[in-house]
Amino acid sequence: MALFKRLAETARPALSFTLDGQPASGLLGDTLLTAMLTCAEHLRGSDFSAEHRAGFCLMGACQDCWVRLEDGRRVRACSTLLEEGQAISRDPGRQP
Amino acid sequence: MKPVVIVGAGPAGISAARTLLDHGVTPCLIDENLRGGGQIYRRQPLGFQRSARQIYGFEASKAQAAHRTMDELAPLIDYRPQTLVWNAEDGRLDLLDNGRAESVDYARIIVATGATDRILPVPGWTLPGVYSLGAAQIALKYQGCAIGERVAFCGSGPLLYLVAYQYAKAGAKVVAVLDSAPFSAQCRALPALLGQPLTLAKGMYYRAWLTAHGIPVHQGATLQKIDGEQRVSGIRWDDHVLACDAVAFAHALRSETQLADLLGCEFAWNTLNRAWLPQRDNAGRSSVNVVYLAGDGAGIMGADAAKMAGERAALAVLEDSGVAIDQRRPAVLEQQLAGIQRFRHGLETAFPFPEQWAAQAPDALMVCRCEEVSAGEIRAVVDEGHWELNRVKAHCRVGMGRCQGRMCGLAAAEIVAERSGRGIEQVGRLRGQAPIKPLPFGVEVQP
Repeated sequence: MALFKRLAETARPALSFTLDGQPASGLLGDTLLTAMLTCAEHLRGSDFSAEHRAGFCLMGACQDCWVRLEDGRRVRACSTLLEEGQAISRDPGRQP
Repeated sequence: MKPVVIVGAGPAGISAARTLLDHGVTPCLIDENLRGGGQIYRRQPLGFQRSARQIYGFEASKAQAAHRTMDELAPLIDYRPQTLVWNAEDGRLDLLDNGRAESVDYARIIVATGATDRILPVPGWTLPGVYSLGAAQIALKYQGCAIGERVAFCGSGPLLYLVAYQYAKAGAKVVAVLDSAPFSAQCRALPALLGQPLTLAKGMYYRAWLTAHGIPVHQGATLQKIDGEQRVSGIRWDDHVLACDAVAFAHALRSETQLADLLGCEFAWNTLNRAWLPQRDNAGRSSVNVVYLAGDGAGIMGADAAKMAGERAALAVLEDSGVAIDQRRPAVLEQQLAGIQRFRHGLETAFPFPEQWAAQAPDALMVCRCEEVSAGEIRAVVDEGHWELNRVKAHCRVGMGRCQGRMCGLAAAEIVAERSGRGIEQVGRLRGQAPIKPLPFGVEVQP
């Protein structure tokens, strides 16, 4: 299920990526956050209870949208544009 | 020669850069975003097709003018997009530029760091599907998306009606608008708001448009809880329950002041903003000799004021550097800014801060979403005798997480003040720390 709903700009070229190993697809110009939340419901698990989080401020302030790329980099999903073939993984967070 | 550095390419930063360049001074403009415009005039990625009118509505011509100026300036100045300023010390800024660590020395610096939403948490606010009002607007402006299928807009402030209107206009389903401010407050504010009739008319238009299109607007309605297990399923207020799958909420804006703090600027309590703000004179000079402040980062006044304040601060930089300027211009700008300041007082009357929030926040409410600290845990620290905010932070970690208190700091202060029986201005403010935003491991450092 998706969290976000596309209302406009849907004619852009498609980009394929993987989310936790599963094939997924976004559009050129999507942020990682948009690409992930138009096909999934969360971005990460929280640090102290592993509850699902899906970002909050979308402007690089809240730091609640960090995801991991296959080269090991951790990036803010709200301020990183999607690239073809990216392998994005979600941090499950930590249980108490 | 060390450059004049401007931090932030929103309305204030762009206008400051333009003014400096027009007087023969080539600035270095550093901005965290991919493209200039700031949050208010945030520009969609290349390849998107919507017109400025579709994205910015009544503000289209102002947004286009800001973008045009940015495009003209970019090749002529030292423009550094996608660059984070994470520390400031002794005339030097530490930067993170696309994963590379760099530094830049400055002769003078204009801080135009803007604002984020002012958040008063409610139970359920960390659920997927809950966003700040600014976030909901960015999803639409920048990505052409709604934050859900059925969206509720809550909180207060001018942005509340604007974003709800923009969503409905773009084809999203807006299930309700909850304004915590009573209608009577907006009536009381009218005399002050009439000073900027155009801005007032736009606000009234959004409100009327929503009603005319059958969107329920509840005034004096305070969001109490957001329901859901894995994601949002509804909201509650008073005796009402309403199903929805997304919520956008905020109570106006808060200034982004960390950099001014690291630069050593003196702060003072500002009653209008209900916040500690770096002090500035009418020209934008801070308490530190070579540091200037412009735009919402030094007190919320909106985009039009930010543009004027950017120009005014740049003129102050020029005056202080011995460059000739049109001596009539500063007075014109300062007079216009004073007019907007009066309007701002009216807005504060129309959308008053919900002072009862702290007393009503349940103990189980998670205030700090990074460190997962509840209102009850904060109160327990206060009950041990602590009331200074940094001391409370040391004891329970509220505000100590990745966002450095940007989302929870003001709410935590409200709880500490209420519990300790002190005024909100008496409990102190969270100190800024470097790095002001998280840095990744493995940063390349310049030799």
